[in-house]
Amino acid sequence: MTDPIFIERLPAAGDEWIDRDQRLCFSFEGRCHRAYAGDTVSSALWGNGVRLLGRSFKYHRPRGVYSMCGHDANVMLEDGETPNIRGDTTLVEDGMELTAVNTVGSLRHDLAGLNDRMSGFLPVGFYYKAFHTPSWMFPNWERMIRGIAGLGKVNPAAEWKPSPKGYDACDVLIVGGGPSGMAAALAAGRAGGRVVLVEDTRCLGGSLCYAGATAPESAATVNSMRDELEKLENVEVRLNTSVRGCYSENWLAFIGPGGLTKMRATAVVVATGAYEQPAVFRHNDLPGVMLGTAAQRLVHLYRVKPMQRALVLVGNDYGYGVALDLKAAGVEIAAVADFRETIGKGELVHDVKTAGIEILAGQGVYEARPAGGLVGIKGARVCPVNSAGTGLSTSATNVNCDGIVMATGWAPAGDLIGQAGGRLDYVPEAAQFRPGELPPGMFAAGRVNGVFGVDARLEDGEHAGGQAAAFAAGKEVPARRRPADEITAPSYPYPIIKHPKGKAFVDFDEDVQVKDIVNAVKEGYDSVELVKRYATVGMGPSQGKISNLNSSRVLATATGQAVGAVGYTTFRPFTRPTTIGELAGRRFHPDRRTPIHSRHQAAGAVFMHAGAWLRPEYYGPLVRHQAIVREVQAVRRRAGVIDVGTLGKIDVCGADAAEFLERMYTGRFSDLKLGKCRYALMCDESGVVADDGMSARLGDDRFYVTTTSSGSAAIVREMKRWAIIWGLEVTIIDHTGQFGALNLAGPESRRILGRLTDLDIGADSFEYLGFRQAVVAGVNCRLMRVGFVGELGYELHVPAQHAAVLWDAVVEAGQPEEIMPFGVEAQRLLRMEKGHQIIGQDTDALTTPLEAGLAWAVKMAKPFFIGQRSLKIIAPRPNVRSLAGFVMHDSTVMPAECHLVVDGDEICGRVTSIARSPTLGQVIGMAYMRPDQTIPGTVIDICVEGRLVQAEVVKLPFYDPSNERQKS
Amino acid sequence: MPHRLLRFGLSKKYNEPRMFRSPEQLKKSYDVVIIGAGGHGLATAYYLARDHGITNVAVLERAYIGGGGTGRNTAIVRANYLTPEGVAFYDESVRLFQDLSADFDLNLFYSQRGHFTLAHSDASLRTMRWRAEVNKHLGVDSELVDTAFIKEKCPHIDLSCGGHAPVMGALFHPPGAIARHDAVAWGYGRGADQRGVEIHQQTEVTGILVEGDKVTGVQTNRGTVETSKVVCAVAGYTPPLLEMVGIKTPLVIQPLQACVSEPLKPWLDTIIVSASLHLYVSQSSRGELVTGASLDPYPIHSTRSTLDFVEGLSGHLLDLFPFLGDVKIMRQWAGLSDVTPDFSPIMGLSPVEGFYLDAGWGTWGFKATPVCGKTMSYTVAENKPHPLIEPFRLSRFKEFELVGEKGAASVGH
Repeated sequence: MTDPIFIERLPAAGDEWIDRDQRLCFSFEGRCHRAYAGDTVSSALWGNGVRLLGRSFKYHRPRGVYSMCGHDANVMLEDGETPNIRGDTTLVEDGMELTAVNTVGSLRHDLAGLNDRMSGFLPVGFYYKAFHTPSWMFPNWERMIRGIAGLGKVNPAAEWKPSPKGYDACDVLIVGGGPSGMAAALAAGRAGGRVVLVEDTRCLGGSLCYAGATAPESAATVNSMRDELEKLENVEVRLNTSVRGCYSENWLAFIGPGGLTKMRATAVVVATGAYEQPAVFRHNDLPGVMLGTAAQRLVHLYRVKPMQRALVLVGNDYGYGVALDLKAAGVEIAAVADFRETIGKGELVHDVKTAGIEILAGQGVYEARPAGGLVGIKGARVCPVNSAGTGLSTSATNVNCDGIVMATGWAPAGDLIGQAGGRLDYVPEAAQFRPGELPPGMFAAGRVNGVFGVDARLEDGEHAGGQAAAFAAGKEVPARRRPADEITAPSYPYPIIKHPKGKAFVDFDEDVQVKDIVNAVKEGYDSVELVKRYATVGMGPSQGKISNLNSSRVLATATGQAVGAVGYTTFRPFTRPTTIGELAGRRFHPDRRTPIHSRHQAAGAVFMHAGAWLRPEYYGPLVRHQAIVREVQAVRRRAGVIDVGTLGKIDVCGADAAEFLERMYTGRFSDLKLGKCRYALMCDESGVVADDGMSARLGDDRFYVTTTSSGSAAIVREMKRWAIIWGLEVTIIDHTGQFGALNLAGPESRRILGRLTDLDIGADSFEYLGFRQAVVAGVNCRLMRVGFVGELGYELHVPAQHAAVLWDAVVEAGQPEEIMPFGVEAQRLLRMEKGHQIIGQDTDALTTPLEAGLAWAVKMAKPFFIGQRSLKIIAPRPNVRSLAGFVMHDSTVMPAECHLVVDGDEICGRVTSIARSPTLGQVIGMAYMRPDQTIPGTVIDICVEGRLVQAEVVKLPFYDPSNERQKS
Repeated sequence: MPHRLLRFGLSKKYNEPRMFRSPEQLKKSYDVVIIGAGGHGLATAYYLARDHGITNVAVLERAYIGGGGTGRNTAIVRANYLTPEGVAFYDESVRLFQDLSADFDLNLFYSQRGHFTLAHSDASLRTMRWRAEVNKHLGVDSELVDTAFIKEKCPHIDLSCGGHAPVMGALFHPPGAIARHDAVAWGYGRGADQRGVEIHQQTEVTGILVEGDKVTGVQTNRGTVETSKVVCAVAGYTPPLLEMVGIKTPLVIQPLQACVSEPLKPWLDTIIVSASLHLYVSQSSRGELVTGASLDPYPIHSTRSTLDFVEGLSGHLLDLFPFLGDVKIMRQWAGLSDVTPDFSPIMGLSPVEGFYLDAGWGTWGFKATPVCGKTMSYTVAENKPHPLIEPFRLSRFKEFELVGEKGAASVGH
């Protein structure tokens, strides 16, 4: 191992972000590097003299520090675990082993760098223009292209780590801890109410943390405001927290040290600042060319000298401050080239002049002169700029430098405003987009609001904080107003110089050049959205933060429109890419267990998922088939008990309860007598079977209704919806989770139940479809005599906390009869022998009761029920298909559920249920078929794995057609 | 280096012709006016011109080409539907898609990846078998496959699904493909334009003129044009247009959301869909994971994204691919779906003579683009429904002859 590389930094300064007492070691592309705690990967590498930090996506050109604030999409690293780590914002950790993403070979010797030489052959949208002929070659081309594209690698062995999520609410949320955000927080905080200020870096101050000469008094300002904020107990400051999205009604998502926070804010102050925008010229992408604020961040936050000799390219007075900062950091300033013919008269300009720095007015950079291998630059060619904003190359002069620092203007960081439905309008005199109309409860302050002077930002923030506080308190909101701002021309309108040889980049993520946009326009992609989609501007990982504005400018010029008319593409979440892990949180997957779950476990149940519920599929230790047969036989011959606590259980109460059920269900319920229950079938408005269950009458104005297990939540919701629409006096109480239930079934069930209750349960006194409320095993119980499995049986419903007690008592009382618990599979088989349908299995999204053999449960003569109108239209027509039973005479080939019933080429229907019946000793099933095929004795063809097998249609039910057993 | 790219490097000038002109003014009258320059509208125009010789056609678009559902879907193409009518229709679409790059001489990156619809329960396994059986019966390549097969084709999947709802099997549909969706609209647009069709962007329809029961013209923000035939191909914007001609449909507009990750090196070669998890995911040629879920469960005319959606989707992605925790989602968006009660489209003639419907595209519009163009152009030219779309007529809702595709369409993209 070689000695770690480390180059000492600039002398310590008070507000630096590095901790010189903590030295860290990490490796990059196999070389060891030192860093200070607090360094980002990029600052450490740049500080150590590394200029090649990454390669671009398409041409694999060398790239270095550009923004230092999260937009350096070409400084993307991986560590074998995590793909696409941002170098410019990721803190160095001791022992990190990093490599650049998407290189062929190594970062230095990247074979894909050849793409850059070939760039002439790879025009905008080149992949639409080739590779598709001959068509048989395309899969090979595609494989190659996929291999070349893509950035980091996923590690399929990486383990999932849960990530916390939190909810919060506040009166005023302030996004951005710069001067305007802090001022807003102070104003809102003093007004009372809960104020939260989020700042995505590690400290308050925003751009003032690195403003240097551009805001000399800033440290004192920040410190005093921070002290003030600390005094306000109702203001919470969250650092290292970035807002990722703003959703409707000020519902915001942030990611911070505590994972994802979802915040409902009554009012929001957007004080997110501005993204500095690059100038565009040939080779404006190479290492050494960087934004003014990137150079300032390097100097002030990390104490890294960004270059030895700089050309400072400016379009505003801010750039003069940058030049002064660089000079103070020991960088030799070759010159300041100012796009503007008439340079400003401000203090910064004066200081630059005083410092003896040469100023080239009305000049821009025509091109950067690349160093060997394009890793860095060795100079710039500077040329006069004409009024049309293009460079005059004929009079270009050479400037020797190893860095070009660009301070030519800004774009508002208005993502949240856009996401919230606000607009940004182009203000030509400021050459800036600025917030136009803002959504209710959203306010903007500071540079995002087009206000640039520090004093003006403070004033703007204070005003916005006051507006937000007033809005949150429901008071009259003071009118919007712009403070007096000493900075009137923050941006140069067209910092773009075309070059005949190209390589003047607008979008660095995607290597989109000026000529690509111009050519896209030539091809007809002449609106901002089409250019985005065709040329891929703004589609990369930084989502256009430092490219969309220049793209709109180039597009405006190419189409002869104003920038404001061209506009911008839609802002969408996320403002910064957000990990799937953070969004997923802890992945909460609740399993619902019935109150009897532990008893099933003890009895050796094998569980299955039924929706969110866990239900016993069958009970071991026998193998599945044998276990099911044993359970079926127990119910048919003696007695069995099944947990049916998953059924929907609803009390319908109120003066209109009977009327309500008449409308909800197809059957009659107003005439249902006290102490009786009845099958209840529900259709949707198109007459399709939706659900079924039992309905029992508890009183004149009270019914107890069950639904299918899977349908319960939806049915409760639907009932509540209709109750409101109809305006009926009815209350829906969902007891699904509050009640446990079991079904005691089999010829011995009466004898067993009799041992547990004083209720008269004689065949004549508690008849089939009777309903009682009585004490069973010491528990208040609702009893229904039902026969889903085709035997004498009782459904017992009790409060959930007593369900296990009841279960134990039933099992105990049934010992003499060798009662056996049975699972879902046995129940499915038992009910099929009896010819009972399962809604959802024997019906589908189009099944009417008429097709499913449920016409008997539909009382068409009622005045109204849901689906009645549709059924009236459908009823007179012949059915398209009908459900019928069948048996297989040759049971060596067993069809599966959903195998098709066919007649030649025609699909007549499908098998919905099929099983080997232990009771009948043959394979029985139910299937949809053509109505003419349902005549018993018809032989139908079922297509099994391409083979036709025959089945004979029989009359349902298969078992106990006279109903003697369930009525006994 | 394909020879087709040589000309770019060897020529000093950029000589590519325009894909589509932008005509200065609307003409006084057109034989056919198509509302909506999405894939469907442009495909209809293309086939009207190419197959039926009708070239005096205007396609009117309120925003930009392909800006609606065409540019917002997750670009999956498949034919493994549930009803015989649906299977025949989408199967024809898949066939047309396969030749489209050659037809257009534009690479649509039509990439046959194989499409898995996972089943996590008995019930969904039954539905998958049903679809497989119907597909096979109608000659569409679909098969119910076991977990070992899934693992072989998609080795990184966690079939235990985090232990929550283990995968039990899947419907495998080898022809399932993805494509560069925007380019489909561009290709149809260019083809139509070359044959004389006018595409008018930034042209919003403000009224439809009807005399008696016949269409006579269209009003726009750029003036009125005469025409006797209007095709309505505007998906999520259908209801307000139908109000202009007084046609009622059971359409409900619901948002459908999607999102895309940062680019990654290729690791996912198949299209994975899970109805139980409300999830579908594929990896684009650029390396992004393109992923979406089911329709938002409420009707609203808004293309704003929700946080709930992306949180839920992220959890479900990790259920199947637990190693994606550190992968970043770059962008989320929403589109508008015009959903029918039976999850099949509404196509063909309407009660107003000369007004043709291409609507009800819910979550299944992109994959039908070519066949819609084919069948709608026939329908308009002949003034009678193409046999493939006859089952999708508007009157089926009155006649209760629905084409129930819910089992195959609600999530399965």
